Amino acid sequence: MSALLEVQDLVVQYPLPRGLFGSLARREAQQVHAVDGVTLSVEEGELLALVGESGCGKTTTAQAVLRLVDPVSGAIRYEGRDITALGPRELRPLRREMQIVYQDPYESLDPRLRVSAAIEEPLLIHGVGGSKEERVERVREALQRVELSPPELFLDRYPHELSGGQRQRVAIAAALVLGPRLLVADEPVSMLDVSVRAGVLKLLDGLRQSGLAVLMITHDLSTAALFADRIAVMYLGRIVEHGPAEDVVARPQHPYTKALLSVVPAADPRARKQLQILRGETPDAVRIPGGCRFHPRCPVAIADCSSHDPELRETAGAAPGHEAACILLAPR
Amino acid sequence: MTPLLRIEDLHVWFELDEGAGELHAVQGVSVELGAGERLGLVGESGCGKTTTALAVLGLLPPTASVSGKVLLDGKDLLADGEESVLPHRWVDIAIVFQGAMNALNPVRTIGSQIVEALELHGRSTGAAARAQSAQLLESVGIPGSRGERYPHELSGGMRQRAAIAMALSCNPKVLIADEPTTALDVMVQAQILELLDSLCRDFGLALILVTHDLPVVAQLCSRAAVMYAGEIVESGPVDDLYHAPRHPYTRLLFAATPDLTGRNGGIASIPGAPPRLDRPLTGCPFRPRCDSAFEPCATERPLLTEVAPAQAAACHLNDRAPAPA
Repeated sequence: MSALLEVQDLVVQYPLPRGLFGSLARREAQQVHAVDGVTLSVEEGELLALVGESGCGKTTTAQAVLRLVDPVSGAIRYEGRDITALGPRELRPLRREMQIVYQDPYESLDPRLRVSAAIEEPLLIHGVGGSKEERVERVREALQRVELSPPELFLDRYPHELSGGQRQRVAIAAALVLGPRLLVADEPVSMLDVSVRAGVLKLLDGLRQSGLAVLMITHDLSTAALFADRIAVMYLGRIVEHGPAEDVVARPQHPYTKALLSVVPAADPRARKQLQILRGETPDAVRIPGGCRFHPRCPVAIADCSSHDPELRETAGAAPGHEAACILLAPR
Repeated sequence: MTPLLRIEDLHVWFELDEGAGELHAVQGVSVELGAGERLGLVGESGCGKTTTALAVLGLLPPTASVSGKVLLDGKDLLADGEESVLPHRWVDIAIVFQGAMNALNPVRTIGSQIVEALELHGRSTGAAARAQSAQLLESVGIPGSRGERYPHELSGGMRQRAAIAMALSCNPKVLIADEPTTALDVMVQAQILELLDSLCRDFGLALILVTHDLPVVAQLCSRAAVMYAGEIVESGPVDDLYHAPRHPYTRLLFAATPDLTGRNGGIASIPGAPPRLDRPLTGCPFRPRCDSAFEPCATERPLLTEVAPAQAAACHLNDRAPAPA
């Protein structure tokens, strides 16, 4: 069975501004290698978490998937059909099927639109939903799907009258009203208070169970561990480890994943663990280190790591389908 | 023994736009901090934790009115307003904020900003101040030569380190860190927490960590105070708060916090939202969201009372049992 969304060898670069002097001196244009060869897939009814630190390329990957930025190379297939080169007109019907929810519901919702108008707007833009009455009915259904019920209580409210969790639910309703099959959720709970995060995550989980494909971008491994079917860990534009969520968390293979998991603080004060703190910051995506891109920060790097760029492959110490890109790991 | 810092019945009101009344942001907070102790001040947005921290340093805006006491070594910093707090601000108690970018002057190098702080407080001048500034930067893990850099040339983690170095310039006894790692990546967060940990150990610094992030408190602090609707609802050793909470809010907040060890196999949100603080509260402020509320909760506001050695909670469940259903 082919996945709903398939991404193959995706590469996205942004040109770095050269500045006036750079242009006059005809200095060579530099590129930010935001996404540098990413392959992933999401099936219907599946939640894939793309995890990594800021600047690792996870959001750019999501934007490229939705064709909001253009890739340099690679392929994006939706239902087996290559959509990498489609123009705006051909993309339009597809946009109904692929929707996104952003991090900050305080910014993603127009403060002057009532909830009903905010959710109805996508229907008007896409010219779907039929008559006014039918559209209202779809808005009410969307509100019910995000558990803001009874809808009458919310239809006429403005965003400022809602709590953070309710706002994010409205943003999700506005994404759902077009009946998408793929939902990209970019850090959907990181702006919300702890006490309401679980509710929004469970809502996404429920949508996944009803068949929606969800690509969740997050920096938070503990939420990914709880809600994802699979986890893909990104570092500097590449996926360095990927596999079933439980196995990635229980048996991390790549030294980067191991370090990342070790620094997630535990809620139980007795569960103090051996931290593996990496020095320095994520290196800059303009000058990507040769060989394995993680080797300058890797605690276990050997000489070969600076010359050999490892590929993702299944490793002997993990479950089937659990891959990591590290030459120190024995292949399965 | 008198504690190093003692907050007694602190109240803060903010005046709202004309005619809209007042917002009672902090409603009687009392808490103590011993020398070298690490206290976590935990709660959701709007619970009054940051307001409490700012009140301690006399940094609230003019629209705020304050009552209560902030005793530093027995001396009340609130007694005569700015006059009584000024000699101690930065000197005895320093603060670092969430967005280090806002705390640093963007048009001056970080080294010169620390020199300015040293000179202003008469710690040292000229070449001696420059040397001390480099030393302070080294102590937070920034090579002294980076003092020539401007804030925008540094990463978020480095800026936060620079802000910590500046806060330490007068060798304070208490450091208040207000969400110091919230905007940072998890690996950089680990670096900053490690730094705070070593500063407390090496210099005997007492720490008040203000955050919404329970696991961070669990790993860094020995004691915590959980705030809700402007008051402390439970305080005690972090170990007891996690393993034997005596206020339902503490228990539910932990249950809402995702964690890799996956206690109970999942997380549950707390229904509802905190009450508005611009109108008077009757009964327990947490009652509408509580899963174990009973008769007295609607009418009587529970007081923070000792429930175990070093542990206090404000919940009626601790002094009477609900009638069996």
